[in-house]
Amino acid sequence: MSAIAARRRTLPGFGLTMGLTLSWLSVIILIPLAGLFLKSLELSPEQFWAILSSRRTLNALRVSFGLAFAAACVNLVMGSIIVWALVRYRFPGRRIFDAIVDVPFALPTAVAGVALSSLFAEKGWLGAPLAALGIKVAFTPLGIFVAMIFIGIPFVVRTVQPVMEELDREVEEAAATLGASRFQTIRRVVLPSLTPAILTGFALAFARAVGEYGSVIFIAGNIPYVSEIAPLLIVIRLEEFNYAGATAIASIMLIISFAMLLFINLLQMWSRRRYANVR
Amino acid sequence: MSAETSTSRRFRDAATETPLARYILVAIAVGFMALILLMPLLLVFIEAFRQGIPAFFEALGDVDALAAIRLTLLVAAIAVPLNLVFGVSAAWAIAKFEFKGKTFLTTLIDLPFSISPVISGLVYVLLFGANSYLGPILKGWGIEILFAVPGIVLATVFVTFPFVARELIPLMQEQGTGDEEAALSLGANGWQTFWYVTLPNIKWGLLYGVLLCNARAMGEFGAVSVVSGHIRGLTETMPLHVEVLYNEYNFVAAFAVSTLLALLALVTLALKTILEIRYGEQLSASRKH
Repeated sequence: MSAIAARRRTLPGFGLTMGLTLSWLSVIILIPLAGLFLKSLELSPEQFWAILSSRRTLNALRVSFGLAFAAACVNLVMGSIIVWALVRYRFPGRRIFDAIVDVPFALPTAVAGVALSSLFAEKGWLGAPLAALGIKVAFTPLGIFVAMIFIGIPFVVRTVQPVMEELDREVEEAAATLGASRFQTIRRVVLPSLTPAILTGFALAFARAVGEYGSVIFIAGNIPYVSEIAPLLIVIRLEEFNYAGATAIASIMLIISFAMLLFINLLQMWSRRRYANVR
Repeated sequence: MSAETSTSRRFRDAATETPLARYILVAIAVGFMALILLMPLLLVFIEAFRQGIPAFFEALGDVDALAAIRLTLLVAAIAVPLNLVFGVSAAWAIAKFEFKGKTFLTTLIDLPFSISPVISGLVYVLLFGANSYLGPILKGWGIEILFAVPGIVLATVFVTFPFVARELIPLMQEQGTGDEEAALSLGANGWQTFWYVTLPNIKWGLLYGVLLCNARAMGEFGAVSVVSGHIRGLTETMPLHVEVLYNEYNFVAAFAVSTLLALLALVTLALKTILEIRYGEQLSASRKH
């Protein structure tokens, strides 16, 4: 181990690249983020609590986190079905659909926002048939939910897909020869080995949906207490020059995001260990 | 021989679903993708040409639209090279050397992906705003950061920070240090080793990262919206201009500008797919973005 470390040190440029990395990281990410937390420390705990426990903040947080959770659940199911279809079956246009999964990553969020909003508006391509059924999507919480599903789907697919591709088909054949039905094989053999990846994808989709702004605000309607997401409330507070209000909401969202990040890292460590055991 | 094939086929049949189940699963997957992912993309182009081709080009030729296009290109032209240099040097330090806290450093680099774009903009408002420490000092020197181009560049650099590094780190870790050590032992200096050995090894991965970084840099909305101040013709990027036009109910113009961004997305996706098919082995195995 130490021999390897010593050998690796013979490559030049560690000081230069490490120095560049740390200074760039500090200037762009760490110092600005530290500034946010310092700013939130200027608030007394009572002020902080008053902002967070106001009805409008609580509603915005509930809308963001509640709908993001629901959307991530849909993404978990639909993402898994998409991965299954893309990995296991051959059908016309499979490669194209595989590429299309990344549309939410590549399409700028504002464009996705205006397109989804027009699509689900009362006279839109999908909005009109839904309106005939009495379902109003655009400018309601349901619209936020749809936009969050859109933005989150590639996270589940791109996390689960590589794991699914690596799965050993022989294990499933063994299960079948041992008398398991196809449903039992999927439930007891395939799904358990996909679980860590599916949960990671779920967490990534959830985290993205909570913070999402561009693709949501056009379709949301942005009615306070009803369809106002937390990131929008931050923007509104900033426009009112209420920096304290914006900072308080932002720091609570950041703390929750960091907790999510920790959770995702633990999940990935867990899945790596699981895989090491399998192999 | 034939008996063997038929048994193996029976096992394989047992390890897949009935034709009906397959058909239903593919129908659900394709239907969902067509409705949620494909339709919005299609709608952008159809709405943009709703009033004919002249109206489309008139909307794009508008002074403010042209200014927005120029600003978007300028911001990407600054932000992407900065993150390219950073990404390569971070990947060199992290992938080619062993040190304590490597995992922590990688997590810090990934941080912008888990932060709401609005908060990415907010941190710069707090840092450079009117009642911050730095803002008034810089203003005294005649330097405007917030509600000006430098602020937009900073916010864009923040949100696109991880793309190149995250693509290169796993790739360079897989490749190890053998090639570089050979070059050094044959008498090459550090720069020669990087330029003639490392760079050719990572070029496709680098291009992949730059491609995604650029798409995000040109398309970023939330972070840029917070720091821009929305000054028409001056601090409006293309995504911000789309918002303004849409809110003015000028749908044809909004979708006309959107088509440019949608084309950017399509070109990015096409190049990305080509890279994955052609040079899949020369990209890192763990691609998530």
